[in-house]
Amino acid sequence: MSQSLDRITAMVLRYTYLLRGSWPRLLELAYWPTMQMIIWGFITQFFMGHSSWVAEAVGVLLAAVLLWDVVFRSQLGVSICFLEEMWSRNLGHLFVSPLRPHELSLSLMIMALIRTLIGVLPAMLLAIPLYHYSIFTLGLPLLAFFVGLMIMGWSLGLIIVGLILRLGLGAESLAWVAIFAFAPISGIYYPIETLPAWLQPIAWATPAAYVFEGMRSVMFDGVFRWDLWFGAMAVNAVYLSFATLSILFAFRAARERGLLLQQGE
Amino acid sequence: MPQTAIEVDSLSKVFHGPRGDVTAVADIGFAVPAGGTMALLGGNGAGKTTTISMLLGLLIPSGGSIRILGEDMIRHRYRVLPRMNFSSPYVELPHRLTVAENLNIYARLYSIPDRKARLAQLVSQLDIGALLDRPAGNLSAGQKTRVTLAKALLNRPEILLLDEPTASLDPDTADWVRSYLEAYRRETGAAILLASHNMAEVERLCDGVLMMRQGRIVDRGAPAELISRYGRDTLEEVFLDIARADMSEKVPA
Repeated sequence: MSQSLDRITAMVLRYTYLLRGSWPRLLELAYWPTMQMIIWGFITQFFMGHSSWVAEAVGVLLAAVLLWDVVFRSQLGVSICFLEEMWSRNLGHLFVSPLRPHELSLSLMIMALIRTLIGVLPAMLLAIPLYHYSIFTLGLPLLAFFVGLMIMGWSLGLIIVGLILRLGLGAESLAWVAIFAFAPISGIYYPIETLPAWLQPIAWATPAAYVFEGMRSVMFDGVFRWDLWFGAMAVNAVYLSFATLSILFAFRAARERGLLLQQGE
Repeated sequence: MPQTAIEVDSLSKVFHGPRGDVTAVADIGFAVPAGGTMALLGGNGAGKTTTISMLLGLLIPSGGSIRILGEDMIRHRYRVLPRMNFSSPYVELPHRLTVAENLNIYARLYSIPDRKARLAQLVSQLDIGALLDRPAGNLSAGQKTRVTLAKALLNRPEILLLDEPTASLDPDTADWVRSYLEAYRRETGAAILLASHNMAEVERLCDGVLMMRQGRIVDRGAPAELISRYGRDTLEEVFLDIARADMSEKVPA
């Protein structure tokens, strides 16, 4: 157990060294959430004058965009940290060490959490002076939403890692674009019932759909819907199980096909 | 430590691709005694790197068995991996991390007790003190070799697998690396298996040679024994005899 902790700590250190050694990387982490927050802040201001829906719950769009970035940063954090190993042609050294795939996965998830906090917190704080909206007024439900979205991001990130391991760096762009396929069905800025009837069951297979419905419930009705949160966690359990199987399967396939020594820039 | 460090029996690897199957290693068997140094020799595509990858657990064999330090490597590789290590000029350390950061990470990955003392010892032995704060990607080939060797020796491996340990090194640095490996084996009793194209290196370092061609072991023996058997003066001439036999098979009659 202590040796396992040693190895996980080693991997977290490995990614922290990389992160602290490059200010553009740190800046990039905070850049997009801040940019998104500014753009959507203006949209919110516009709707304040034109939509009673938005006016009913000040900040609903800002909260949505900030929380959506949690999923994105979480997924990207997992995928980018793994891509660092591919870019530096380091997989061969890692996998002849006692590091196990689940230990690497946990290290990636811890780093994704750190990267997400670095990325999203400044934008959340900046929204307070700029738009007089604090997402922290959501209280404890904010933590519940954060956890639900973080797990979804981890799962998608691990699935993408599995695909990159199988397909090589040609699949690298998945790390940046795959998440956006989930955006329209996640009900980030509108209720799921807005979607066509045929699309709604697919939307309910997305953890984020439950989280954003739950967020609107808190903001409009002042009620934290436990049923929605449990729904999110149940779907997350399926996602995370699938992600775990997918990465183990991809790792085995890479060992069958000799990909661990060949990967690189 | 068991008397036999590495024991390979009927090992094979077939890659399945859209253009058909490719046999990279075909039914090979050999043993490396504890404290012995064995070389895998052969031209490009002979199966040396595939064999080493299977010994390291990076590649799943299609058939056969591998026992390392008495353990079944295919089924229980995590019991053995902490006791072995690997170095290759073709597998790099993260470029943007400094040498010190890289070594610290690998010391943790191998759960080295008293990391600082072990790192200080290797830094002194391999003379890499001046490199510690430099990014690994900015090192010369010789410096990279010394740093990768430090990584490979962190866990005091009982088995060391080396893929072309002196590739692209100047003669002075190459000689230094060979001397270091000889001393390491003498002091620790570790077994070394290396793949190399450098015949002088193999003659100097190895007690045994496995000549590979097209995935098979076509001959084996001590360097002097092979030289005598082929009626040649050097191992390089023996190598050329075998490689040219390979070429003549490829040339249509």
